[in-house]
Amino acid sequence: MSVKQISVFIENKKGKLAEATRYIADNNVNMKALSIADTQDFGILRIICEDPKAAEEALKEGGFITTVTDVLAVAISDKPGSLAAILEVLAEANIVVEYTYAFLSAKAGAYMIFRVDDNQSAAAALAGAGIKTANQEDLF
Amino acid sequence: MPNYYQPEIECASLDEMRAIQNEKLVKQVKHVYDNVEYYRNLMDEKGVKPEDINSIDDLHKLPFLTKADLRDAYPYGLLATDLKNCVRIQSTSGTTGRRVVAFYTQKDVDLWEECCARAITAVGGTNEDVCQVAYGYGLFTGGPGLNGGSHKVGCLTLPMSSGNTERQIQFMQDLHSTILCCTPSYAAFIGETLKDMGLTPDDIDLKAGIFGAEPWTEEMRRDIEKSLGIKAYDIYGLTETSGPGVSFECEEQTGMHINEDHFLAEIIDPETGEVLPEGSKGELVFTSLDKEAFPLLRYRTRDICVLSRKKCSCGRTLIKMTKPMGRSDDMMIIRGVNVFPSQIETVLLKEGYSPNYLIEVDRERNTDTLDISVELSPEQFTDTVKDLSAKEKDLANAIKTMLGISPKVHLVAPKTITRSEGKAVRVIDRRKLHD
Repeated sequence: MSVKQISVFIENKKGKLAEATRYIADNNVNMKALSIADTQDFGILRIICEDPKAAEEALKEGGFITTVTDVLAVAISDKPGSLAAILEVLAEANIVVEYTYAFLSAKAGAYMIFRVDDNQSAAAALAGAGIKTANQEDLF
Repeated sequence: MPNYYQPEIECASLDEMRAIQNEKLVKQVKHVYDNVEYYRNLMDEKGVKPEDINSIDDLHKLPFLTKADLRDAYPYGLLATDLKNCVRIQSTSGTTGRRVVAFYTQKDVDLWEECCARAITAVGGTNEDVCQVAYGYGLFTGGPGLNGGSHKVGCLTLPMSSGNTERQIQFMQDLHSTILCCTPSYAAFIGETLKDMGLTPDDIDLKAGIFGAEPWTEEMRRDIEKSLGIKAYDIYGLTETSGPGVSFECEEQTGMHINEDHFLAEIIDPETGEVLPEGSKGELVFTSLDKEAFPLLRYRTRDICVLSRKKCSCGRTLIKMTKPMGRSDDMMIIRGVNVFPSQIETVLLKEGYSPNYLIEVDRERNTDTLDISVELSPEQFTDTVKDLSAKEKDLANAIKTMLGISPKVHLVAPKTITRSEGKAVRVIDRRKLHD
């Protein structure tokens, strides 16, 4: 029903993102999707990868601040209105969307990642509308 | 032509001043010993009795008071008279532990206001002047002190308090203010606002300004003088002794004359407490000679400066002190507010943050800025910007509640604030306040 997303705290300073991604690469983590939220002081790097547990441990070891969040991965078809349809279902069910970003799985096609306030209700509402949410193993 | 408010004091001979100080000191030590148990105990511990103090030459025998004593004795422990004889309380900003609460009898208020009147007269103030007081009013001593001094001189007094700068300028224009009293940073801001409003110094009638409560440089003085078309004078004081008017600048603008008939000044070695000869750089110590309600003897100000009896062209013989050249503790004055790094640390710990932080103080467009970087702990991290921004805002608010001024808070990654082997560098002050 949901997938694991790793978030990493990145200071908004020159070279910090490079430092973090190099570290991720050196630990053999293959990022499948990412988004970055930024403010004046800091950014939050959000990653979807195959083995989130290993990736998180590696990042922690490297002194990075991380957190793991369950997010929804929703399959999306390649045509106009697909995203709107999903968001309408969520809005109808009074689900608050914190952020969203796109994700392309070689195995399973295009997905949108949604961070919502209530995963269970959101998944149920989407299921009710015939929209499927993916599990970790569906994606890789 | 020099102007004096009390020429018999301000231009007294050294012998005359000594005689005044000797007489007052003997009386004051007795008053304190009889009425302030806290200080009596300090004197007893040192084996000093009031009879041992016969002139100011005996001053060095008395124990010091420090801010720690004020904290221990808070709030009434250093009070030397019945509360029913007191008519006023003033206080510094800050936390309970750091807050200074000073009490005044009517006589104390009168003498304090006279000190401010001397300062206003020294910059040319008379009953023909309009004195705009743009210091904060309230517990802060700035507004009430200069307000009272302005009344004593007979100036038409405009009790504006600080803020609402365009209105300040409008009043200044409409009511022809000639003297401005406020913090130097606010004076600079008024100067900039004047320009932003499309006005020049020719559009206002100000001739002089009395600026204190925070450190400022000669460069800042020149900026303010130019932007407002005035002569800018420094004034010094502290709530512990009364408020502004402990010392003030005259037309020579080369240091501040201490109202030494009320405040006996010494310079000591901050490490050893030893009294240093005139002309030495050291920590300034004051003994209140007249205060009835809150008479501090040998109070260590922590301000580092130099005293001089060099003849002044203004004719005053009152001893002069330089602008404070630094502190013998870690207190900073930011936007006129006394700030100790430990106060900020207390809030950080209380709010669940690490004690690894960096305080950066700077001055932009003549206004102090306070930036606090604090390390985020893994437990506090969440994946949404909303949550982290709220954390920054909450922490800034908590610090504002503690200090009375708003900081900018920056969350940083763990272990990014430099650890040092010895004393941690917690504060970077880029203001270059001391020329």
